[in-house]
Amino acid sequence: MSYLYAAYIATWLIHGTYLFVLARKYSKLRREIENLKK
Amino acid sequence: MKRGMSILAVVTALLLSVALYQALIGAPTEQTMGNVQRIFYYHVPSAWTAFLLFLINFVASVVFLVRRNTKADIVALITAEVGVVFCTVVIVTGPIWARPVWGIWWAPGDIRLTTTLVLWLIYISYLVLRRFSTSSQTAVIAAVVAIFGALDVPLVYFSIWFFRTQHPSPVIGAGGSLDPRMWHVLLINWAAFLCLAWLVCWTRYRPEVAKREVDEAQALDSLLEKPR
Repeated sequence: MSYLYAAYIATWLIHGTYLFVLARKYSKLRREIENLKK
Repeated sequence: MKRGMSILAVVTALLLSVALYQALIGAPTEQTMGNVQRIFYYHVPSAWTAFLLFLINFVASVVFLVRRNTKADIVALITAEVGVVFCTVVIVTGPIWARPVWGIWWAPGDIRLTTTLVLWLIYISYLVLRRFSTSSQTAVIAAVVAIFGALDVPLVYFSIWFFRTQHPSPVIGAGGSLDPRMWHVLLINWAAFLCLAWLVCWTRYRPEVAKREVDEAQALDSLLEKPR
């Protein structure tokens, strides 16, 4: 049973990490757009 | 556009919840492997989704090479990125399933496992190339790499049909004998992952367009900047 949970948790950790990286990229992009507007 | 994305986000969340419930509780327990077989409901749909994304990446790369279309280049980049995420899930969940069933994490030399790892490495190389190359020809070189990468997809898929491998037989086509209730759960999970992939690709598109515009504006800005 622990292998099953490990697999499901690993899957969501991978997706979660990717979404977190995307969110950080977007906030950086937003800052760059603000700087260009100044 | 925003409304469509919100609807897709809600549908994806609902489908993922139902799929998770069906995979962990709804699906019948497999007789020989027991509960660990339920990893299959995440492993297989993730592989199918990755294959589909790499196929789209291949088509977009060919379109880019023929027409030099920026939209096609963006689609190629996004599908490769999301495809790598799903392929990583496959690479990680496979050994977690193999350890209790085969007694080993990895079967060195097994053609299905090796070709899948090679596929993952090709697309990782593709993303590294796109991230760090400063050449004006980066998109062209990346498109060529993507076409070579896509050639590995049928090799991965058909390897268990034509070669002796430790990997289980295909669940569809020749040799497929999956319980209809398990099929049902498998398809729900695939639908959920397809919606997730579509949603991520969709949300990723506009910021990628904006990023390219920002890069161009910054380059122009630095050219026009007066010397101090």
